[in-house]
Amino acid sequence: MSRSESTPPLLEMRGISKTFPGVRALDKVRLSVWPGEVHSLMGENGAGKSTLMKILSGAYQADPGGEIVIDGKTVVIDGPLAARELGVAVIYQELSLAPNLSVAENIHAGRELRRGGRRFGMVDRAAMARGCEDVLKRLGATFGPTTLVGSLSIAERQLVEIARAVHGDARIIVMDEPTTPLSSRETERLFKLIRQLREEGLAIIYISHRMAEIYELSDRVSVLRDGSYVGTLMRDELNAESLVSMMVGRDISGFYKKEHAPYDPGKVVLTVRDVADHNRVRGCSLDLHSGEVLGIAGLVGAGRTELARLIFGAEPRARGEIAIDGRTLHVHGPRDAIEAGLVYLTEDRKHQGLFLDMSVRDNINVAVAGRDARFGVLDLALGSSRAKDAIRSLSIRVPGPRVNVGALSGGNQQKVLLSRLLETKPRVLILDEPTRGVDIGAKSEIYRIINDLAKTGVGIIVISSELPEIIGVADRVLVMREGLFAGELGGYTGKPITQQAIIELATGSQDALDEAA
Amino acid sequence: MKNILPRQGVAASPAQPAQATRGNPAADGHRARMKSLVRTAGMLPVLVLLCIGFGVLTDGFFTLQNLSIVTQQASINIVLAAGMTFVILTGGIDLSVGSILAASAVAAMLCSTIAGWGWLGIPAALGVGLGFGVVNGALISLLRLPPFIVTLGSLTAVRGIARLMGHDTTIFNPQLSFAFIGNGTLFGVPWLVIIALVVVGISWFVLRRTVLGLHIYSVGGNPEAARLSGIKVWGIEMFVYAISGLLAGLGAVMSAARLYAANGLQLGQSYELDAIAAVILGGTSFVGGVGSIVGTLIGALIIAVLSNGLVLLGVSDIWQYIIKGLVIVGAVALDRYRQRGSART
Repeated sequence: MSRSESTPPLLEMRGISKTFPGVRALDKVRLSVWPGEVHSLMGENGAGKSTLMKILSGAYQADPGGEIVIDGKTVVIDGPLAARELGVAVIYQELSLAPNLSVAENIHAGRELRRGGRRFGMVDRAAMARGCEDVLKRLGATFGPTTLVGSLSIAERQLVEIARAVHGDARIIVMDEPTTPLSSRETERLFKLIRQLREEGLAIIYISHRMAEIYELSDRVSVLRDGSYVGTLMRDELNAESLVSMMVGRDISGFYKKEHAPYDPGKVVLTVRDVADHNRVRGCSLDLHSGEVLGIAGLVGAGRTELARLIFGAEPRARGEIAIDGRTLHVHGPRDAIEAGLVYLTEDRKHQGLFLDMSVRDNINVAVAGRDARFGVLDLALGSSRAKDAIRSLSIRVPGPRVNVGALSGGNQQKVLLSRLLETKPRVLILDEPTRGVDIGAKSEIYRIINDLAKTGVGIIVISSELPEIIGVADRVLVMREGLFAGELGGYTGKPITQQAIIELATGSQDALDEAA
Repeated sequence: MKNILPRQGVAASPAQPAQATRGNPAADGHRARMKSLVRTAGMLPVLVLLCIGFGVLTDGFFTLQNLSIVTQQASINIVLAAGMTFVILTGGIDLSVGSILAASAVAAMLCSTIAGWGWLGIPAALGVGLGFGVVNGALISLLRLPPFIVTLGSLTAVRGIARLMGHDTTIFNPQLSFAFIGNGTLFGVPWLVIIALVVVGISWFVLRRTVLGLHIYSVGGNPEAARLSGIKVWGIEMFVYAISGLLAGLGAVMSAARLYAANGLQLGQSYELDAIAAVILGGTSFVGGVGSIVGTLIGALIIAVLSNGLVLLGVSDIWQYIIKGLVIVGAVALDRYRQRGSART
């Protein structure tokens, strides 16, 4: 299916950079896409794929100096509307349809057909329905234009999105992880549709972490790493080894490295058996030992956070058993888990962790205030001294315990949240992205805290999307893929914990190779 | 009143973290305390100004008798607003307190006519108020219905129940056994005022010195974080609506004792609005998590002083409405403006 390089590309992005305050998200990235090809975009979490696509779709503005050329003409994409007029359509992970409106109304959103001229804003529903019948039929829809979007399945809604793009004369369609919510049969149907669009001469930019899909669909694959363009492989050059090494390729020597003692875990503190929800987590089992740091790696959407929340009782679980120190735990909510000695550090400290309008003291004490109180009356002196101790021992940089948490930097906020958990004297600590949005200095301090805690015999699970972090901090790593544990590294397995091994397990590239063989 | 949008406010002011982390500890602790004091007492200057203004403009304002009238008039609203403070601190709202007050007052009057057992009117009113509060709380915390809608429903339904209970008439009892509550004094201080101050005192203690209070602020500040910290969010919500109902019942006892009568149709009309106005004037954030009971006390006094002063000035009640409305909006706007200014320096 490879296109000859002699025909001019439909889209060329050259020297695209994007700087956010303090972060260079993209550094002179280029990308060329020809008509009639499926061009996959790969990279680790945070490599810059989404940022690049947001620039293409007009959601972000690139830094000056770059150039976007469509059909040989340099264009300026200063907003979503401009992108649409240039024929660029993006199908996002979270679909952007209005469920309370009909298919036809959604397809025409922003370009409603009017009756009686522009002055009277009366919507001509009949004409809109007629107008998109063709598209729906061509794409093989089994529903009509007057169907309410809210009554459609996720896969059908995706089809409406695609129909909207095609109906709007899009020539470049970006799909960001479109198969994540789909069943395997729905995925097949989507692939058939993608191939049909390719035959019609559209260019598809396809973002996915799943190797098998990349192999099956792509004409070419471009790889980004840490905001830079690494290279492009043609279909016949594709193989897992080169893709993974292009995606990893990073020097990790600068990161915190734990002094790895020989693996010698204590007894099991947390047992998880076949835990599942009705959605993402499909049955996970693990044993966590006292004094052990267990890393859980995996791609975004693999179900790591969901699993942690199930263990903690923040979400109801569909099945499975959890035991602490061998005693079965009946968790009905976070409260029971905390009482049993199991605590969870959320990945979203602003929205799910901290009370930004409350003082550092209250934030640290809120989970244990009931334990200290006599007849429900707060022990303010104890609370203050505890907060002061925490500020000292975790070196939280704050003028005093009565300052509002909202005024602190990300790293110090994270330490406040961490000390709230530690005050409950947990046996098991689950840390979800413990260094997200935290500067390097605070990062290494958080690693030190994790290390010290493990030495005191606490069992610690660290969930992280940053591979160097997992490798640096964990004694043993479980890799999650699509709601299941895909493999184990370190510990008794004897397999070394490397980026390569984690990525292969997380993306299923090894399986894909096996299937191909 | 920067606290109306507390999270955005904090996130949007990058100057703050640098400031708070750089300065010397003692000064910052002091500043934090000053800031909370300013927030609490934010409306105190307005109250003082109003008192001085009315004192100058009228002859009778600063007489002992008039001050006694003002505080008595404020007392019922203070009690209702105290309950409302609990509710709004969790990010909720209780529109039904006026209607609950009416139903509870009718219950109090009905029981007060039982020969020899007239004082039963007091527990009857408190029980009815608590009962309706618990129903509100259950619908909101257990069925997860929006507080505005639940209490809008009970605003209407309980008003109907109040009329039903009294057969849509005014119940009158000139030999009310607990009339002293509405008209008597203790060492020269009206019982109504004593009750209101006791309610404020207990509320302050609960909010500032107990685990329950800390949990109320937590739930209002960030419900999801509260849940993940092991706080029973539903229990807290249940409690605040129950307390709001109970205090409406107490307000009913005070009102019935003062009037020797209760009317299911008229009593307590739009009391909920005065209570909400007092809470908002007091600097409590409408989205929850920030505020104080002392602020509410000041807010309620502002409303009472304004009404009383305008009457003394001979302003028609049509204009009283207009002026009261403008003062509420204006005072809050002024407060927000000033808070924003101070955040910048």
